[in-house]
Amino acid sequence: MGAGHAHPLYVHGHSPIHHLAPEVKIAAAVAYIAAAAVTPRQAIWAFGVQAAGVAAAIAVARLGPRFVLRRLTVVVPFVAFALCIPFIASGERIDVVGLSLSREGLWGAWNVVSKATIGASVSILLAGTTEVPRLLTGLSRLRVPGTLTAIAAFMVRYLEVIAGELGRMRTAMAARGYAPRWLWQARPVATSAGALFVRSYERGERVHAAMLSRGYTGTMPDLGGRRATAREWILAAAASGVAWLVALAAITGTGA
Amino acid sequence: MSAAVEIRGVHFTYPDGRTALSGLDLRVDVGERVALLGPNGAGKTTLALHLNGINLADAGSVHIGDLPVTEAVLADIRRRVGLVFQDADDQLFMPTVAEDVAFGPANLGLRGSELAARVTEALRAVGAADLGDRAPHHLSGGERRRVALATVLAMRPDVLVLDEPTSGLDPAGHRELVEVLRSLPITQLIITHDLPFALELCARSVIVDGGRVVADAPTSDILSDEELLGRHRLALPFGFDPRMARPSR
Repeated sequence: MGAGHAHPLYVHGHSPIHHLAPEVKIAAAVAYIAAAAVTPRQAIWAFGVQAAGVAAAIAVARLGPRFVLRRLTVVVPFVAFALCIPFIASGERIDVVGLSLSREGLWGAWNVVSKATIGASVSILLAGTTEVPRLLTGLSRLRVPGTLTAIAAFMVRYLEVIAGELGRMRTAMAARGYAPRWLWQARPVATSAGALFVRSYERGERVHAAMLSRGYTGTMPDLGGRRATAREWILAAAASGVAWLVALAAITGTGA
Repeated sequence: MSAAVEIRGVHFTYPDGRTALSGLDLRVDVGERVALLGPNGAGKTTLALHLNGINLADAGSVHIGDLPVTEAVLADIRRRVGLVFQDADDQLFMPTVAEDVAFGPANLGLRGSELAARVTEALRAVGAADLGDRAPHHLSGGERRRVALATVLAMRPDVLVLDEPTSGLDPAGHRELVEVLRSLPITQLIITHDLPFALELCARSVIVDGGRVVADAPTSDILSDEELLGRHRLALPFGFDPRMARPSR
């Protein structure tokens, strides 16, 4: 109630990529990003092919270029850092529109920007076509320990509940005239953080009792859902395989 | 009539030394709907936790049907007794409604189409068949309460125990809950402070105070006894006359 949308990264849709089993998408995404990561930086053509591959998949998923570009702003800090490298790196220098830049630094900047962009685009594609609960199902099918996925699932489930409690506590403090401006006025904030911890702990106990009441014995049941078919695995292997072929061709081609 | 729940002389003290139940006796027959009334801290919720073995009695016994509640038969007891907690956010811990409803029957070993059928059946019983794919925190208060009920109905319990089911509900949510509970043909034990709600649903009421049953009578009799209500910190809403209200079915 009154909560914002829980999955801001997800775009509702019915594309073939939306319907792929989550474990397949996660495996393919990780393999694809790894391929981009090991591609030598001089092989500009290879990044071009890999980027085209992601762009094609994004088009099939109908995510919309504006959505993807807006989400891609997460790489801005890396880009900003990368743009500094040509100025501060040492080695042979070249003139670019009147600026003296390090050749090595330029390659370094390109390396960061290209790989970060491809990696982030693949992640946006994965998150945009897979809801968080499905991601967690996929992770557990990829043999990520059940305790870890259960913790992540509870975090997703209760983040908004706890944020709501925090909001109500802040409102209650503000309603009684608390408007902190200086550090020495922070004591109530610390107290409320403690109270929030205790409340969350107690909620944890109640949730555990509710789980026991419905027959929980220590392991989360696999609620099934459709598992990946061989065809889906082949498709995913083909997609990430192209990225790896390109990467390997670039590695052997440049003699790296 | 055979007993659905039989509680004899149950004592329970929490680890911090607080005595919650001191010699509580209660029998509920199969198919009965009983309201459990009483002030805050009377031991009502503690009693509910005894019915499915979350708490185990220090002394005395609890039977569900012919089965005594003991550590050895907890799995069976928890299938037979469905407990709906007061705060639906405690009850609904899975990412989606359908997964939450599936949690109980999946723990019973159901899988695949059988499990899916159970989920559909339970959601339909509470009029929430279209909520399966939603996230619990995106539901209204009334929807949450009904879905929480579905999570235990999916285990096809013999006895349903509800802790303060009407707290925080708006009038429409209240009405829908009454209709759902009335439509369920299973034994129900309803903990509530909402006396008109008790009168509407339950022919019989029990007042618990100080960890014991202090009154056990037809709901209309209990609500008409102002002196009894006052002694146990209960009060009718202003202007409500139990003798004028429609008797419960």
